[in-house]
Amino acid sequence: MSARAVWEEEPTAVGRLGKPVVLALIALAVAFPLYVVVVTSLSTTEAVTRAGGLVVVPRELTAAAYVQLLSGGVVTRALMISVAITAIGTAFSLGITVLAAYGLSRPGSLFHRPLLFVVLLTFLFGPGIIPSYLVVNSLGLIDHYASLILPAAISAFNLIVMRSFFMGIPSELIDSARIDGAGEFAILRRIVLPLSKAVVAVVGLFYAVGYWNAFFNALLYINDNNKWPLQMVLRTYIVQQQPLPTGAGGVATNVGLGLQAAPGLAIKMAIVVIAIVPVLLVYPFIQRHFTKGVIIGAVKG
Amino acid sequence: MTTVVKPPVKAERTPEAVRPGRRRKRGGAGFRHRLRRDWPLLVMVLPVVVLLGVFHYFPTLGNVIAFQDYSPYAGIRGSDFIGFANFSRMFSEPGFWRAVANTLSITAVQLVFFFPIPIALALLLNSVLSSKVRNLIQGVVYLPHFFSWVLVVSLFQQMIGGAGLLSQTLRQHGHQAVDLMTKPDTFILLVTAQSVWKDAGWGMIVFLAALSTINPGLYEAAAADGANRWRRLWHITLPGLRPVIVLLLILRLGDALTVGFEQFILQRSAVGGGASEVLDTYVYYQGLLVGDFGYGAAAGLFKGVVGLVLVLAANRFAHMVGEQGVYSKS
Repeated sequence: MSARAVWEEEPTAVGRLGKPVVLALIALAVAFPLYVVVVTSLSTTEAVTRAGGLVVVPRELTAAAYVQLLSGGVVTRALMISVAITAIGTAFSLGITVLAAYGLSRPGSLFHRPLLFVVLLTFLFGPGIIPSYLVVNSLGLIDHYASLILPAAISAFNLIVMRSFFMGIPSELIDSARIDGAGEFAILRRIVLPLSKAVVAVVGLFYAVGYWNAFFNALLYINDNNKWPLQMVLRTYIVQQQPLPTGAGGVATNVGLGLQAAPGLAIKMAIVVIAIVPVLLVYPFIQRHFTKGVIIGAVKG
Repeated sequence: MTTVVKPPVKAERTPEAVRPGRRRKRGGAGFRHRLRRDWPLLVMVLPVVVLLGVFHYFPTLGNVIAFQDYSPYAGIRGSDFIGFANFSRMFSEPGFWRAVANTLSITAVQLVFFFPIPIALALLLNSVLSSKVRNLIQGVVYLPHFFSWVLVVSLFQQMIGGAGLLSQTLRQHGHQAVDLMTKPDTFILLVTAQSVWKDAGWGMIVFLAALSTINPGLYEAAAADGANRWRRLWHITLPGLRPVIVLLLILRLGDALTVGFEQFILQRSAVGGGASEVLDTYVYYQGLLVGDFGYGAAAGLFKGVVGLVLVLAANRFAHMVGEQGVYSKS
């Protein structure tokens, strides 16, 4: 559909001119804030002063803000916590989701319907903030990193997406493996997973983005600001505009490093950029799989 | 039934085997056979069941504290049951009704100003002939969906906040600076704009998928009959989208009490509770920050139960008007 059909009328002047303008404006609405934030984060004190704040036209670029942020201190630690939570959480979530999706992919197996019901019912209601807090509290997980992983480890949606994909795998393949004497775990590892790389990748990326962006669980369960993930730092320092806590051994980010001192605004914007970059890095992979229709197909099915 | 040949195993796995008569096959030796055959599957599901049990179903039972004068020191067993006292107090509390009113008006505003935008975007994008441009625009507008709310609020603050780009530009041209992030009067429009920026592109996906299922031959036939582009939009495109639009509309209405939590908790201190308090933040503040656990749980339970009823009613309604509904049996 890259050419207009013969029966279709010529576009009107409004359509020909207006459509590209509207499309450009839409793209700009997304891209412009990101651009300003990146440019400001790379600007020197003079550039920020001359611009009177945020920098739109780049002049005198420097990476001082990033050097300062990543050379230890609150943001470095928060970044490492976020990376670790995302890596461990994603591996854990993906592992149990693959297992459960396969375990539930066989209609007619023992307890199939009640177990599926247990998963699907979570779509209908959440347990509520207060009771969840009390359970995490009574398990002794307050201020424990596990509280950032375990309560939100399973997305029923991701589980169902993956299960739908597994159920689409021809049963002849699985049956022939079973006749050859393969057990369920071997079938999952040698037959189902190699055929499901796309859906495993997409679900893994969804989990990873979820862990990276998670803010609410940290707000509820992590009181010790030495254990804050990056989103909490972002919220305190940028959204609430409070000074960053300086934990034991931490270097206050506002303290300059001699000549390299970066302006406060550049530091702030650099934290924003650091929070965006991982999402931008995985985004092309997520998008590539959209075009394959993995998600849409699974949702419709 | 201890020795089993392969074919029946396969027959049981196919959907045709799931018939009303299947219940009688269960029990006794059938059960033992199935257990021997399916135990690896049960082991695989176990971790998820345990996690859902501990962090979903068990806390759901914990909602009994809504009927207690709950004290964290006494625990659920040691706290006194006070019936519906938390609820009757809640219903006489102006703050609670303000949260309900805010939540419902935000839902209403989003239905008017958010809901049509993904549809319009999908129609616009679908009319773009170059697939390169289409893919580029899709790539750009899906992106903010993957940003956290903290990030989205930060970006809005930098653009239209008191120290943001808009104020900065106005000041440099000798005007008064405006801080659109702290105005309670326009807060409802602000959060809607943020939702549009973040999720309108993502919301477009389902409409694009629906558009791609419309038979292109219909357009050609209509054009041959002399229908111009607007009549084709009205008589072919919109009817083609109708099932999806109706379904999503009903779902959104069923979710009327849920407007998102993080977006509001992040901006509550800047705007004040008067405009930004929604049901979820009310639960959080009353329960955890004020420390009135039983009362907070009551507010949360109220929201959960009414929300559940609304979702089920919406789904029933979807079936009634002949749409597929959400919980179709799979």
